Amino acid sequence: MEFFRIKKDIPFMRHALVFNVISLITFLLAVFFLFHRGLHVSVEFTGGTLIEVHYAQAANLEQIRTGLEKAGYSDIAVQNFGSSQDVMIRLPLKADQTSAKVGESVMAALDTEAPGASLRRVEFVGPQVGRELAENGSLALLLVVVGIVIYLALRFEWRFSVSAIIANLHDVVIILGFFAFFQWEFSLSVLAAVLAVLGYSVNESVVVFDRVRETFKKVRGLTTPQVLDHAITSTISRTIITHGCTQLMVLSMLVFGGATLYYFALALTIGICFGIYSSVLVASPLVMWLGVSREHFIKPVKKIEGANDEGAVV
Amino acid sequence: MNRYPLWKYILVVVALLFGLIYTLPNFFGESPAVQVSSTKATLKVDTKTLERVEATLKTAGVDINGTFLDTTGVKVRLKDTDSQLKAKDLLEKQFNPDASDPQYVVALNLLSSSPQWLTNLNALPMYLGLDLRGGVHFLLQVDMKGAMTKRLDSMAADLRSLMRDKTIRHGGIGREGERIVIRFRDEDTRTKARQVLDENQPDLQLADQGEGSDLKLLATLKPAALKRIQESAIKQNMGTLHNRINELGVAEPVIAQQGADRIVVQLPGVQDTAKAKDILGRTATLEIRMVDETSGALEAAQAGQVPFGDELYVERGGRPLLVRKQVVLTGDRLTDAQAGFDNQTQEPAVHLTLDSAGSRIFKDITRENIGKRMAILLIEKGKGEVVTAPVIRSEIGGGRVQISGAMSTMEANDTALLLRAGSLAAPMEIIEERTIGPSLGAENIQKGFHSTMWGFAAISVFMIAYYMLFGLVSVICLASNLLFLVALLSLLQATLTLPGIAAIALALGMAIDANVLINERIREELRNGSTPQAAIHTGYERAFGTIIDSNITTLIAGVALLIFGSGPIRGFAVVHCLGILTSLFSAVVVSRALINLIYGRRRRLESLAIGQIWKPGNKAGAAAATK
Repeated sequence: MEFFRIKKDIPFMRHALVFNVISLITFLLAVFFLFHRGLHVSVEFTGGTLIEVHYAQAANLEQIRTGLEKAGYSDIAVQNFGSSQDVMIRLPLKADQTSAKVGESVMAALDTEAPGASLRRVEFVGPQVGRELAENGSLALLLVVVGIVIYLALRFEWRFSVSAIIANLHDVVIILGFFAFFQWEFSLSVLAAVLAVLGYSVNESVVVFDRVRETFKKVRGLTTPQVLDHAITSTISRTIITHGCTQLMVLSMLVFGGATLYYFALALTIGICFGIYSSVLVASPLVMWLGVSREHFIKPVKKIEGANDEGAVV
Repeated sequence: MNRYPLWKYILVVVALLFGLIYTLPNFFGESPAVQVSSTKATLKVDTKTLERVEATLKTAGVDINGTFLDTTGVKVRLKDTDSQLKAKDLLEKQFNPDASDPQYVVALNLLSSSPQWLTNLNALPMYLGLDLRGGVHFLLQVDMKGAMTKRLDSMAADLRSLMRDKTIRHGGIGREGERIVIRFRDEDTRTKARQVLDENQPDLQLADQGEGSDLKLLATLKPAALKRIQESAIKQNMGTLHNRINELGVAEPVIAQQGADRIVVQLPGVQDTAKAKDILGRTATLEIRMVDETSGALEAAQAGQVPFGDELYVERGGRPLLVRKQVVLTGDRLTDAQAGFDNQTQEPAVHLTLDSAGSRIFKDITRENIGKRMAILLIEKGKGEVVTAPVIRSEIGGGRVQISGAMSTMEANDTALLLRAGSLAAPMEIIEERTIGPSLGAENIQKGFHSTMWGFAAISVFMIAYYMLFGLVSVICLASNLLFLVALLSLLQATLTLPGIAAIALALGMAIDANVLINERIREELRNGSTPQAAIHTGYERAFGTIIDSNITTLIAGVALLIFGSGPIRGFAVVHCLGILTSLFSAVVVSRALINLIYGRRRRLESLAIGQIWKPGNKAGAAAATK
């Protein structure tokens, strides 16, 4: 089998502006929804109590809700979790209540109003923990960005590292935008997925940039857009196949992983799809516009006539 | 050129063997077991206990699959959960005849059923996190400010008695916030006091303040002392928690420090959170009372007629003791208890420190009751236990009490521990709680396993269909990557959580990238007209740099998660980072070894089984195809 039978280099760079405009619009939309709707963050970040109960029959959410309201809880969220028998109850943090009481009093309230519930999971997070998590999450993001920029700048050139990080950070914003738009729950595992995607889709840019460098060194007389077109075209089959494989795995998590892994897998899916697009079609034009050229890769001192650039001898 | 030296093949074989051995324990599953351990420091679990356990079960006719003794206690492996419950009840009755005063912890446990030779190699199954096995997780925050105030209060009392001893006239000593303020009327006294404090209280940092007749000396704790106090507060609280959790009968409780002022408590298998929280939050109190030594009263009490205002207790040695109900002093007044030695006789002793109010009361009591006995009782859940009942030899002022005579070092340690256990060093608050039911845990394992399995299967089918033999090699590499990853996780005994399983799946999904890169490169070389052997060589060579670069960027993200992540994120990050490292090895070394083994020795190699190679210009790509 061979999926990709490309005769000539595809002129990606001719449409560079279009790609970037598309991505800019998506980015702006994501930012708009982030500010307009905000992220629906999980109790892990806000602090509060999360209770998961299981019923032998399909659960009556309305009954549960009124039962809890009667017991004096306000601002509660009751929803199905995975199946109609599993119910997730979210309670906000209250100043006068200790964690020891919430779980028991909720179960007591359920027993009178909607009997038959069995407790599966209780999660209580105090306010100080939530704040710390948000702080640590941002710090982690910062460290990833700085680390990648420095590494790529050392390994390639600052133009590459800047464009790669712009392209991939915009992926992160788009994932967050999706979560804001659909009001999906943004939990710790989603944060992990977002950071993993950031590292992963930078890969994509790295593979293309590797080719760009190689082409600049090996082939003379090509313009920068031609070099970029060649690099993207010759790596495109690898790009699609690799991401397809990763996506197969993520899809399997999406299907079999249950409710706990659902949003994790969803964040990965969005990240992978936009990762391909942006790290290839956004990062490369950026490199071009930043003015990369052959001279940046040819080190005159090292250049010896007839020597093999790669050091590989066949 | 596509031949590996022998040592590289050996390296691969050794690595695979290592992976296999350390992955193996995970396949044997777990068998039900009962664990017997001691609740008291003075009670050792040894071979005698082991024999007693065996004898008990033998007489009752319970089939056992083996018993053994390790540092945590005696463990008995049983056939099924029915006999496990039966054995637990039997052992509970045998070892704790008095249910209100348990001497041993008899707990249900699960033991790995992997053979002994694997266990001897330190090959254990992966350590499952609470979300996979069910249980309770608490994160407790220690109120360090509370611990500090308590410490400073007792320090102020110390300073008062020190000033009195050295006959320095001061205008009052008191704690104000986080410092102790000592007032003086003239400069000379202050200088003198300063000297004395410098000599006797190395933990304090002193500063002058005030003018004229209102002179002050401000004493604050030095940073080093501050740190020491915080550490000991955490240690003491952890010790207290340990003692209390022992009561719950949890097989493998985790009590660990997290950060400077937090304690993580994990109780696998515990479902009754209410009881767990009750026990964690319970405050045992210490009471000092006088012993009723009226002649004949003890005999009357033993006969059933306890005199009015008295209570009958049993001393730790087993002797009865009649104690007055009136409480002289409570544990709140006790700031510290340490085991040590008597200065003169060098016999083991327990040193108690009381705060200022406590010292005053203690001084009065001891003055009036020389020659009589006092009892120190630990009251927990309304039930008292006599910790010790010493005779008062002389009046004791200054708040430093020493209990000595007729005890071993072990007993002194134990007494000090019990006295300290009476109160937590600092108040604690539950700031995070997670309870996971056992069925949810099992379900989570199932889900994680299924996602990995189906994902792996889908990738395998695609890779083999697309790259033929090279695809098969890639799949074998991926499998070996999984093997290495599981082996490493088992070896490190890192906690596996559901996000951890997700990370395993993701690691596999990402690791295939390296193989795809290599295979695509080889195809490209073939397309450009290289000979098969040259294509393999340059393909691997060229792909290597790209693989390194792309893995390092992924690793940067993993390390960031590892540094800043906590809880579920950490579980994800550990697996993620390990997965990147193992995938580097398996994709670069293992796959090359396999390919070299298959193709390396062939002289005249016409084609490679890497799927169809399409060349521009060839019709429909039927040219340099597969074999």
